[in-house]
Amino acid sequence: MATMTDFNAAKIARTAGGTRVDLVLVSQMVARGAKVLDVGCGDGELLHLLGESRDVDGRGIELSREGVNECVAKGLAVIQGDADTDLGDYPDDAFDYVILSQTLQATRHPRVVLEHMLRIGRHAVVSFPNFGHWTVRLQLLFAGHMPQTDILPYSWYDTPNIHHCTIKDFVQLCNQIGVKIEKAVALNAWGSPLRLNAPWWFWNLFGEQGVFLLSRKD
Amino acid sequence: MVDNQTAADLQTASDLIVRDADHPRDSLIATFGADKPLKLDAGVSLSPFQIAYTTYGTLNADKSNAIMVCHALTGDQYVAQVHPVTKKNGWWETLIGPGKPIDPARYFVICPNVIGGCMGSSGPASTNPKTGTPWGLEFPVVTIRDMVRAQAMLLDHLGIDTLFAVVGGSMGGMQVLQWAASYPERVFAAVPIACATRHSAQNIAFHEVGRQAIMADPEWRGGRYHLEGSNPRRGLAVARMGAHITYLSDAALHRKFGRKFQDRENPTFSFDADFEVESYLRHQGITFVERFDANSYLYLTRAMDYFDLAADAGGTLANAFKGTPTRFCVVSFTSDWLFPTSESRATVHALNAASARVSFAEIVTDKGHDAFLLDEPELFGIVRGFLEGASRARGLTAKK
Repeated sequence: MATMTDFNAAKIARTAGGTRVDLVLVSQMVARGAKVLDVGCGDGELLHLLGESRDVDGRGIELSREGVNECVAKGLAVIQGDADTDLGDYPDDAFDYVILSQTLQATRHPRVVLEHMLRIGRHAVVSFPNFGHWTVRLQLLFAGHMPQTDILPYSWYDTPNIHHCTIKDFVQLCNQIGVKIEKAVALNAWGSPLRLNAPWWFWNLFGEQGVFLLSRKD
Repeated sequence: MVDNQTAADLQTASDLIVRDADHPRDSLIATFGADKPLKLDAGVSLSPFQIAYTTYGTLNADKSNAIMVCHALTGDQYVAQVHPVTKKNGWWETLIGPGKPIDPARYFVICPNVIGGCMGSSGPASTNPKTGTPWGLEFPVVTIRDMVRAQAMLLDHLGIDTLFAVVGGSMGGMQVLQWAASYPERVFAAVPIACATRHSAQNIAFHEVGRQAIMADPEWRGGRYHLEGSNPRRGLAVARMGAHITYLSDAALHRKFGRKFQDRENPTFSFDADFEVESYLRHQGITFVERFDANSYLYLTRAMDYFDLAADAGGTLANAFKGTPTRFCVVSFTSDWLFPTSESRATVHALNAASARVSFAEIVTDKGHDAFLLDEPELFGIVRGFLEGASRARGLTAKK
């Protein structure tokens, strides 16, 4: 599971106000006043944003001690824990939304984590770096080494990201475990959403990040 | 350990303990008469009884800024003022005071001595109204729930409906959890630090060793030492020495003392306190008996042993907090082996299962269980931030 320092290292586009664009997008997918669990909440930027802009009752789980202590000192309801091991302790339907922002690729069992998210919450919001982005593909194809980008700044030997996937892979996983994709957005490197009517292959090639709103199929 | 010269002083100290048990210095006292008995878990009632307490700060007009601070096993109500017996600073002045996370300029702080204690709340060293002599073992066995029940009566007595927060560490943390379980509507925020929802077998075992040390002292006289003019100070000191080790950690003891000799270059090949750590523990034992009643130590350790919130809630811990409106901030310390982080984590899991609003932080320190009483800036930052957030939600401070 990712820690707050990962996001400090990764250069993710920010709005004029200084907020990460993917977080703004995630927050817009959450209904006002909802009960939200942010898994891998880092230093609490998203929880803070959700509280301020959407009047959300937010809780967080974070692996890094520094992240947790910073969140709690800010007055956020955050506990120290691990997405891979601790989601099982939450009861069914405990939240309206469970959010996993830029953390999926750092979990040991992404599929299990995703299944837990949709058990605990009626909706899930997942954002992740797209490993199918053209800059990633070109680095492997022509330079012959593991890709390093602004959003994935690590060397292969010290990266916390152990389960990379492409937007296409993620859609496939959603279909496999019977999850309904309510809404999907791909962001380019500047943080602007790609054309909504573009085909999946286009997103998979030009989207640097994918942001998905999911719900149970039933 | 206690030489003859100080023995005479300590006998006087024993008399002072009896005096303080009825008439504590620098304390307020709430008395509950025959019309307000304290119903105990043991199935009997305590009546009349009294609670000694201190307060700091001012209660606001709508009585919404009260914080109750619960003390640990050997603590008392002198949380933020000089102790009348030891003349030392209050035991939690690191956390409570001007500019501190719990600032009396903003909050009305109440710190009661627990029932069963020996600093003015009814306990085994208090005078039994029926006999006019100290209760001794005639005093009924009390539980953590009884302590909290008495504190709730104190709150009624003060005309306060809801506490803004209940804060405490160790046995104080147990009281915090009991407050949240017994009176969820009366607790807006709860800060249980370095504690658990039940006392572990290992901790019961340590307590039993302490109690046996007291009861093995011939001066204990079946608990009637106050009546017979004796004082089981050796037993109590040994109990304290043993317990004190559990409050520290191997790393902290090594850092503080190592294998250093006390005021000597070489071992004396005797059973003197050659090592600094021995001398330190003996000092802890001797100073403790000046201010604490041996029977009280038996009663309070017993209360902790009996503590098991899950058992009270039909075996499922989460049920103890079902539907709770209280917000929690659970804190543990990495080197605490008396109440290890796993215990706090179990509390947090139960609170999550109960859908409670909970924060949980583990603080890295080598100071062991005692860390909650020491200078731990991270603890202060967390408590301050949590209370700030809660006070905004409570409307005590304007929202940003």
